[in-house]
Amino acid sequence: MDLARIGLAVPPTPERGCSAGSCGSTAGQMAGLSEEIRRKVEDHPCYSEQAHHHFARMHAAVAPACNIQCHYCNRKYDCANESRPGVVSELLTPDQAVKKTLAVAAAIPQMSVLGIAGPGDPLANPERTFATFRELAQKAPDIKLCVSTNGLALPECVEELAKHNIDHVTITINCVDPEVGAKIYPWVFWKGERVRGIEAARILIEQQQKGLEMLVARGILVKVNSVMIPGVNDEHLKEVSKVVKAKGAFLHNVMPLIAEAEHGTFYGIMGQRSPSPAELKNLQDACEGDMNMMRHCRQCRADAVGLLGEDRGAEFTLDKVEPMDLNDEFLAEAMARRKALREQIAAENEARKAKAHAPQPAVVTMHRRTTTADFHVGRPVLMAVAAKNGLVGEHFGHAREFLVYEATAAGAKLVGHRKTDLYCEGNATCGDGEDVLARTIKALAGCEVVLCSRIGYDPWRDLEAAGIRPNGEHAMEPVEDAVMAVWHEMLAAGQLNAPAEVKRVA
Amino acid sequence: MSLEIVESCVNCWACEPLCPNKAIFEAKPHFLIDADKCTECLGDHAKPQCVEICPIEGAIVNELNEPMNPPGSLTGIPPQRWAAARREIAAR
Repeated sequence: MDLARIGLAVPPTPERGCSAGSCGSTAGQMAGLSEEIRRKVEDHPCYSEQAHHHFARMHAAVAPACNIQCHYCNRKYDCANESRPGVVSELLTPDQAVKKTLAVAAAIPQMSVLGIAGPGDPLANPERTFATFRELAQKAPDIKLCVSTNGLALPECVEELAKHNIDHVTITINCVDPEVGAKIYPWVFWKGERVRGIEAARILIEQQQKGLEMLVARGILVKVNSVMIPGVNDEHLKEVSKVVKAKGAFLHNVMPLIAEAEHGTFYGIMGQRSPSPAELKNLQDACEGDMNMMRHCRQCRADAVGLLGEDRGAEFTLDKVEPMDLNDEFLAEAMARRKALREQIAAENEARKAKAHAPQPAVVTMHRRTTTADFHVGRPVLMAVAAKNGLVGEHFGHAREFLVYEATAAGAKLVGHRKTDLYCEGNATCGDGEDVLARTIKALAGCEVVLCSRIGYDPWRDLEAAGIRPNGEHAMEPVEDAVMAVWHEMLAAGQLNAPAEVKRVA
Repeated sequence: MSLEIVESCVNCWACEPLCPNKAIFEAKPHFLIDADKCTECLGDHAKPQCVEICPIEGAIVNELNEPMNPPGSLTGIPPQRWAAARREIAAR
């Protein structure tokens, strides 16, 4: 057994993956949730902002079949450079998936969740999906199980889901109106026939809503994912948010459409555009009034492994996992390590909470600085941060993603992230010749400031030309503190009285 | 009469459990249909089940080698548009 190569040695409570400090208003995100729900999500990286810094998940790609077609999906596609849902490199049998999960959970003690999310629809492959859950529940009962579905087969699976102790289900709901749905779903497979058009959407919506109600009635937590498709369902998603909240979904995750011609999807080929980050944020803000919103989603692959924001899938390919000897003693030790880590994280969280409740002179100082400036509150400012471990710690050119914070007098709130290598890194197979710097600057559209540890002369010049001010003066400071310091500098300089003049980036 | 799975099959397993005759089986490089067992679902279903769920245009053909799901019929992408996009990507 060669354990060294999968990296058993991990620091006590590493915070890799997402590089934000607190990822914005964690307290805000969890506000309004019952104590019971909080307990259920406190170690689930996809459901809790706080948890995603400490806990890892993996997706087991055991479910290849699908029972519907979505216009943003292409069943042929697999590219190792790509990070988006529905894409996998290696399809696993349930046995292989269980072995891989156990290997990952032994190597990464932060592993708390196994999700099955595709590459097709998990509930269109019930035997494979439930066989995986059944065996894993026996061998690693501490790992939480969750599933993500389009909802078509959900009502008939609710019983089985409850039996396997699955307490988290994600349903992708893009519409509650069949006319909107007909523009998103060309067909569904229903009772032995391919059904098309509005009738297809009507069936899907009915099943999704029924499934949602049945899950809520059983106390199973439901998160709703929606893909924002400009001109198709963007306005409509506000209605979706209201409806799913009323039915008891506890979290709504509005994600941007990913559509490029090279993906070979309907939307990609037909030139359907993706939303701009500003459009996405506006919609998320609009839905927030009705619903607990999720802002830290990274739209990961159906075979992702590790903390959100990182993918360690390549370390656990079948050829590496298959030869491993995962005997009972080894598995028991791994489980004990996970338990110890969880207890440590819980203790640290408690300590953090206690500290947060203690009087904090620094906060008082900040308030004074805000209020002395003529009582002008100052407008909100979007800032992009090249962050590392919660600090302004990344060189501009090395950042794979930028966290976007909205700074206001009330504080710094994480409102999104912009990837700089979302599709591929410009290699020959993906045919992306666009200049990396120009693409990064485009990705930062809407931000007025970019904070980083260092930055070269060329990007500095180009950023300024695009109306984004580079700032390297807060290197290695905690992200939120740095964002607020810059905001206060701007406020003091009188730059925050008028509305933002953000240059259009072509 | 029988249907055939051809090379554009992506091995997604969707058809395999639906076949009333257990004629579909996993094979390399792609799934196959046992021609002796396939009845095109006659007597069992109104339409051939594999054809109804298959997401890939052209992956299942009839005895005349005609695609049961012709280009554009499943994705809604007009074939000319698809060809133009491929040319454009190749030219980059």
